[in-house]
Amino acid sequence: MKRHALGTRIWHWVNALSLIVLFMSGLNISNAHRHLYWGQWGFSPKDAWLDVVRFPGWATIPGTYSLAAARDWHVLFAWVFALSLLLFMLTALVNGHFRRDIATRWKDWTPSAVWTDVRAHLRLQFDHAGAKYNFLQKATYGVVLFVLLPLMIFTGMAISPGTDAAWPFLLDVFGGRQSARSVHFIVAWALFAFFVLHVVLVLLNRPAKHVGEMITGGRIDEAA
Amino acid sequence: MKRRSLLAGLAALFTAGCSKIGDSKAFAGLVDGAEKLHRGAHRLIGGRRPMAREFSLADVSPDFRGNGNKDIDTDEYRAHVAAGFAGWRLEVRGLVDRPLTLSMEQIRALPQRTQITRHDCVEGWSAIGQWSGPQLSAILGMAGVREEARFIVFRCADDFNGHAYYESCDLDDAFHPQTIIAHQLNGEPLPVKNGAPLRMRIERQLGYKHAKYLTAIEAVANFDDIEGGEGGYWEDRGYQWYAGI
Repeated sequence: MKRHALGTRIWHWVNALSLIVLFMSGLNISNAHRHLYWGQWGFSPKDAWLDVVRFPGWATIPGTYSLAAARDWHVLFAWVFALSLLLFMLTALVNGHFRRDIATRWKDWTPSAVWTDVRAHLRLQFDHAGAKYNFLQKATYGVVLFVLLPLMIFTGMAISPGTDAAWPFLLDVFGGRQSARSVHFIVAWALFAFFVLHVVLVLLNRPAKHVGEMITGGRIDEAA
Repeated sequence: MKRRSLLAGLAALFTAGCSKIGDSKAFAGLVDGAEKLHRGAHRLIGGRRPMAREFSLADVSPDFRGNGNKDIDTDEYRAHVAAGFAGWRLEVRGLVDRPLTLSMEQIRALPQRTQITRHDCVEGWSAIGQWSGPQLSAILGMAGVREEARFIVFRCADDFNGHAYYESCDLDDAFHPQTIIAHQLNGEPLPVKNGAPLRMRIERQLGYKHAKYLTAIEAVANFDDIEGGEGGYWEDRGYQWYAGI
């Protein structure tokens, strides 16, 4: 049996590309109005809860400030991101990936079990018999898959005046368009933090093996 | 520091590649497709005629930011301001059965709609204001839009470096009940910075669609012979024509 199903592998890389494009084009869009607000409205720095730095060209798509071009990238890859996530979730529900590899049990949540896991992580010991992922990995993937990624989609929709007209409840859920925009920004950085952590942990722990497995699928080692 | 510059270098390489792709014809086609998909999805999930949310007076923002052109630096416009826009005229022309020229008095005498709505700029900010004016559908009804017309173009008195500002929408937005020609903001005549004496409200789209300093409404079959041919001043400069996203 393969360690990673074909659907998971394809989604992983499509999603990685989408998130990088969305993040970097999003930084270009952020440069258009570098203030964040809570509530329905906000247009003046004096009402902002955060004044955002100007992101440098090397971090943005395109590499110079262009709101029009950045929006083109953003609204195109929004579709790639949202549709591939939907497909992946349906597949993972059907093939048991979520139930088998991501779902946690109540006993995993006891402080002593979590602490054991944290200490193992700090010692850079990632091997865990029986399951594919340990508790911290399951919890992190769970939060990313079921909280952060969907939040990006729904806050993104709440920023769009066309979606707001069609689905006005989005404004109630997030407490206004400017609140949704703020949450969109915060969650984008939370995903960036996940991205950094994810890449660093792979680099610290047999990177060639792990990246290779995410391409070829690898094998589940029965002896482990 | 070395690792950080490596990361920055990788990002810069990636963004340079993206800029190359971004300039290609194929990418432009994909982007147009994505824009149409968004528009179709908005129509699909909202049903026949979704309405933009209307707020209460308590939600109105203390100021309504003026953006883009906030005044028109011509003797003609200054004379209009001095005269309280008594001589301002709105033309209705193009593919219509009965071309019209409406005075401000005639516009104010039409049935009025008042709505408190949120204005979303493409830059990201929002303001809430109360707008009053006749529905565009009423004026188009008076003029009689011909069958071959597919879009309504809005002509404006302002320009950027000699390039006239203009905008357009499809007939779905043109006949939408919340699409009005506003002559009042928060119960007062429209301020100069917000487009006096007349501006469009197209509530399900971003701010650049809401043409200010309105002089004419034109029914057309396509945008081929109008300015850059993309259906609006900002559209001619790369922005999406469907600005509901």
